[in-house]
Amino acid sequence: MNSVFRLSRLLTVGAALFAVSIPALAGGTEALPDRIEFNKHIRPVLSNNCFLCHGPDKNKRKAGLRLDIRSEAVSEREGVRAVIPGDSTASELVKRITHADVDERMPPLASERKVTPFQIELLKKWIDQGAKYEPHWAYIKPVVAPMPKVKNESWVRNPVDGYILVNLEAQGLQPSPEADRVTLIRRLSFDLAGLPPTPAEVDGFVNDSAPDAYERVVDRLLASPHFGERMAIYWLDLVRYADTVGYHGDQLRGMSPYRDYVINAFNANMPFDQFTREQLAGDLIEDATLEQKLATGYNRLNMVTREGGAQDKDYLVRYAADRIRTTATVWLGSSLACAQCHDHKFDPFTTRDFYRFGAFFADIEEKGVQTNGTNEEPFPPLINFPTDEETARLARYDEDIKRSKVVLSIEAATRIGNRKGDHDKLARERKVFEENFLSSAITVPAEPRTMRVLPRGNWMDESGEIVTPAIPEFLGGMWMRGDRPTRLDLAAWLTDPDNPLTARVFMNRLWRMYFGTGISRTLDDVGSQGEWPRHPDLLDYLAVDFVDSGWDIKHAVKLLVTSSAYRQTSKPVSSLKELDPFNRLVARQSRFRLDAEVIRDNALKVSGLLVPAIGGRSVRPYQPALYYKELNFPIREYEVDKGENLYRRGVYTHWQRTYLQPSLLAFDAPSREECTAERVVSNTPQQALTLLNDPIYVEASRVFAERILREGGESVAAKIDWAYREAYSRKPLLSEGALLIELYGKHLREFSGDPEAAKAFIDIGENPAPDDMDPVLLASWSSVSRTLFNTHEMIYRY
Amino acid sequence: MDPIQEYILQQTRRQFLGRATRGIGSMALASLLNPALLSAASAATAPDRWNGLFNPTHFQPKAKRIIYLYMSGGPSHLETFDYKPELRRLDGEPMPESFTKGEQIAQLQGAELRCLGSQLEFAKYGKSGQEISSVFPHISSTIADDMCIIRSMQTEQINHDPAHTFMNSGTAISGRPSMGSWLLYGLGSECENLPGFVVLTSQVGRSPQPLSSRQWHSGFLPSKFQGVKFHSSGDPIHYLSSPAGVTMDRQRDVVETVQALNGIHNDSVDDAEIATRISQYEMAFRMQTSVPDLIDIRDEPQHVRDLYGTEGPDGSFAFNCLLARRMAERGVRFIQLYHRDWDHHNDLKNFISEAAGTVDKATAALVTDLKQRGMLDDTLIIWGGEFGRTPMVQGDKGGPGRDHHIKGFSLWMAGGGVKGGITHGATDDLGYNAVENVVTIHDFHATLLHQMGIDHKKLTYRFQGRDFRLTDVSGNVVRDILA
Repeated sequence: MNSVFRLSRLLTVGAALFAVSIPALAGGTEALPDRIEFNKHIRPVLSNNCFLCHGPDKNKRKAGLRLDIRSEAVSEREGVRAVIPGDSTASELVKRITHADVDERMPPLASERKVTPFQIELLKKWIDQGAKYEPHWAYIKPVVAPMPKVKNESWVRNPVDGYILVNLEAQGLQPSPEADRVTLIRRLSFDLAGLPPTPAEVDGFVNDSAPDAYERVVDRLLASPHFGERMAIYWLDLVRYADTVGYHGDQLRGMSPYRDYVINAFNANMPFDQFTREQLAGDLIEDATLEQKLATGYNRLNMVTREGGAQDKDYLVRYAADRIRTTATVWLGSSLACAQCHDHKFDPFTTRDFYRFGAFFADIEEKGVQTNGTNEEPFPPLINFPTDEETARLARYDEDIKRSKVVLSIEAATRIGNRKGDHDKLARERKVFEENFLSSAITVPAEPRTMRVLPRGNWMDESGEIVTPAIPEFLGGMWMRGDRPTRLDLAAWLTDPDNPLTARVFMNRLWRMYFGTGISRTLDDVGSQGEWPRHPDLLDYLAVDFVDSGWDIKHAVKLLVTSSAYRQTSKPVSSLKELDPFNRLVARQSRFRLDAEVIRDNALKVSGLLVPAIGGRSVRPYQPALYYKELNFPIREYEVDKGENLYRRGVYTHWQRTYLQPSLLAFDAPSREECTAERVVSNTPQQALTLLNDPIYVEASRVFAERILREGGESVAAKIDWAYREAYSRKPLLSEGALLIELYGKHLREFSGDPEAAKAFIDIGENPAPDDMDPVLLASWSSVSRTLFNTHEMIYRY
Repeated sequence: MDPIQEYILQQTRRQFLGRATRGIGSMALASLLNPALLSAASAATAPDRWNGLFNPTHFQPKAKRIIYLYMSGGPSHLETFDYKPELRRLDGEPMPESFTKGEQIAQLQGAELRCLGSQLEFAKYGKSGQEISSVFPHISSTIADDMCIIRSMQTEQINHDPAHTFMNSGTAISGRPSMGSWLLYGLGSECENLPGFVVLTSQVGRSPQPLSSRQWHSGFLPSKFQGVKFHSSGDPIHYLSSPAGVTMDRQRDVVETVQALNGIHNDSVDDAEIATRISQYEMAFRMQTSVPDLIDIRDEPQHVRDLYGTEGPDGSFAFNCLLARRMAERGVRFIQLYHRDWDHHNDLKNFISEAAGTVDKATAALVTDLKQRGMLDDTLIIWGGEFGRTPMVQGDKGGPGRDHHIKGFSLWMAGGGVKGGITHGATDDLGYNAVENVVTIHDFHATLLHQMGIDHKKLTYRFQGRDFRLTDVSGNVVRDILA
């Protein structure tokens, strides 16, 4: 039948008929729920289609109608009631969204928004059932729901499994079987340490029949210093950590000690409330330690400028807005940023809330435009962060200078000798020595700047109300400590057990790290426009448990990764592929590509090149020459590091905001100019070119080939087996081995006839090929290992 | 012993006995061993191509591609396309306060503001009588009647870095997609062997303003929509060349083995992403040949090379223009050429002559060449910078210059369904404010998208709970300039 024709005719007949015909049109793709829930079913429809003109923003509100608050929605204005509980037919809202006349129909055509027939039915049923409202789920304090009853109780290892399984069973589904042990230890190693397991670790686990074998692997990885690095990759994305300022000349700024603070905090399992307090307000803690001061680098991570012609006031406003955006997204998962120029369209944030939130940071000592000295000058205030060796050397300098002063005073008294030149030289040396210390931008509190509401975000408009620090009004008042709440108060509120957002937001993101997708998919927005969590009881349980545990991050991680849900195989049975293509039900594990940094780490580790040191100055791996050609003030050439620094983990890579290291960029690492709650994952030819041709991957393949030749056993087959175990923790299939043998044989013949090519190939990278190895053999095996380093398996976590 | 023979003996004699192992491609071998691979391989040959969000587009597209000649630094409209006799009359006089009071000012903050008349002569060119200054002899004498000059542009950002970001992404906040990324997202790419969004840069003269890769970043869009920068020395694209000692044949061996291993692996994990991976490796391998072919202009006849004024990859704007035409022919969707030499705070007359001198001939050549090939009709050319320059004088080192200016500046377009030989909009008598038919950056973006067949209000992407657009919440198509 011609459904298009039927639809258009119905539209002309009128709204009532149109509405009646909808179940037929909806085609049974989705059944109307028996009980309509406002948060789950109705809020997303109203928020997306109506709130723009009938929501929190009072300045854009049309016809005085507000649909985000029940009392307003049901009240009568000019003889009309938008929502009449119990009577959808009489409700103006229903009349208007189903109106035959396009000029009368809501939402207006020009808005590019559309309520689907199914959604219309939802709205009608909801009104008929009494039009009950609920506060937005994320703004209500989470409580633990009763542990659900499930049939397959033996599958439930911890509460995570109960909440997952109850939904599976409701859909008539079974969880997937547990993954094999090799997959499990690889999964755990990548997830917790960002590194592959060694063959010995794999064997140890595979052959360990003790009941707590799995848990011991988890404990070992949680105790590994690489756990902090893995966590830091994500945290640094959120707080937009980088080594350069981002604007214009994108100059260097000292920041790496902050990065190490983050790594150390995760490794020491610092409670998240303390982690929060130190970053936002470490400078305000009494007798703050050096570490606590370093932590406040968080407040200085925004982009800054020294562009000529930029105005101080203009940029101070930009920095303030940047901090508000970031802090609200990192801790609250809120798009408070939207309220900079107007009240929020979907959530009850006002413009005033925006600027009051910004006022918490008004006491940070900073300049809008850095105008001191040359382009190489730092962006103060900074704190020096010498190594122990440097501290000792500095002390020696001070000793020497003290002695030298004594000498000078004797000279002055006796008028014999002239060692003043020596003394001055020593003093100069000390100064230069100190200037080369690692430094980190920190927060130094100062007299708070005046903060105003800026009409339409315009920094030149000084007509707005002066504001003092406060949290968003609808989230409750801020208790006061002294006259003016401080960043310490803000941190205390963020991690108060009553705060409905922080723990949920954190746990949702943690879930994403281990299951591939957030429980609510929108990691950056749990507001009205965010996705209704697929397992709300689970998310609430995790949030409450996290707070109750004393914000214990390792506890939270362990809870997730020791669940049965986590241990499932990631291979979908075919029915699941159709039923749940994005694995929201968690009837299996997810598989996903490794992060950019981890792809590098994995190749370096497998090859044997990785230098696993923790922390320190940011490092400069290979990079195409002239990549910084478009930079200026100053013009700069990239100086590739030497020696060990070439083989450090990706998390330590020098992060140039405007020109991110190309291999990291190719694998979707963000520029960190803004907060990134979730990296996009792409699959591009640039990635293939990087793994094939970037010298670090070519060098890593060759170094791996050296190990294959040295440690892989006698026969070609043994060598291939060995290489597979090192790279993929498994044995090759016959077919895989045959392919690699064929490649090896062909290249062996070719390089034998072209030894110069072999020599050139194995000469790539700073690490020299050993003299005692036949270049032809080494080159041929390098072709094999290069192939292994380019497969999908090498860059995926299953 | 032949290593393959050795392996076979060690493992099993079952499948291999009597089989010739030479002269058979890895792919075929793997297929023999594993029939499932055939399906994975054939899945991969169906290219994993993004065909755009809108297929078909909202309107019949007038342009299939855009070549954007981006004059980085902010060319002075008053010395190029916007003649102001009144400003010349007031040369040296104080700038009337009615213009500048309460207005945002960059480097001239706090300075005494005086008028500076145009440093160059203007004349009328072409049948249409386009008013153009003497710095563009080629442009004015050959393509004036193809040009649509907009004299009423306005932007919101007065410093280079945010102004570039605003011009490219419609906002000064970082992390949003650039217009080329939006276009690729909306329309997909037309070519298999080259990226759909390419960036080229050139520079001359003094220390030019820096340029961030943010200007061609995909922001919150998937990174396959990111602009790919071509480099004038070394590999044209990062990591394009195979390692030393690895011939294309050897590279092919490796890629084919990778593909085959991926196919086998797919049997045990059943992962749709593997088919995509395989097709991306194919494209990467093809790019290793197609990109060198693209930049090798030896197949261009001498008269074409002369027309542009380039003999090969020299990093010049002229070479980039010729490359842009070659990319346009191959289906690249959005080609952006940055020329970094237009920030003339002082000695304007000399410096602008130098900058214009570097781009004049090649710009005219590009339009002429495309026209001769019948490609100007569906190629939209844009020429312009991130803002204009003040009518007020600045600097004295070597002669007067002008500061950044956002309230009125010029830009021109040609081809791609835009009327030729017209001017649109006007600034006031002193060239300060755009006063007639003001064109904002959002209007400009809306117009570009419209010419490519896209309704700018429908090109949205949800991020942080909001449907973002290139044109934010405004933007009107400038219908007056459409052919």
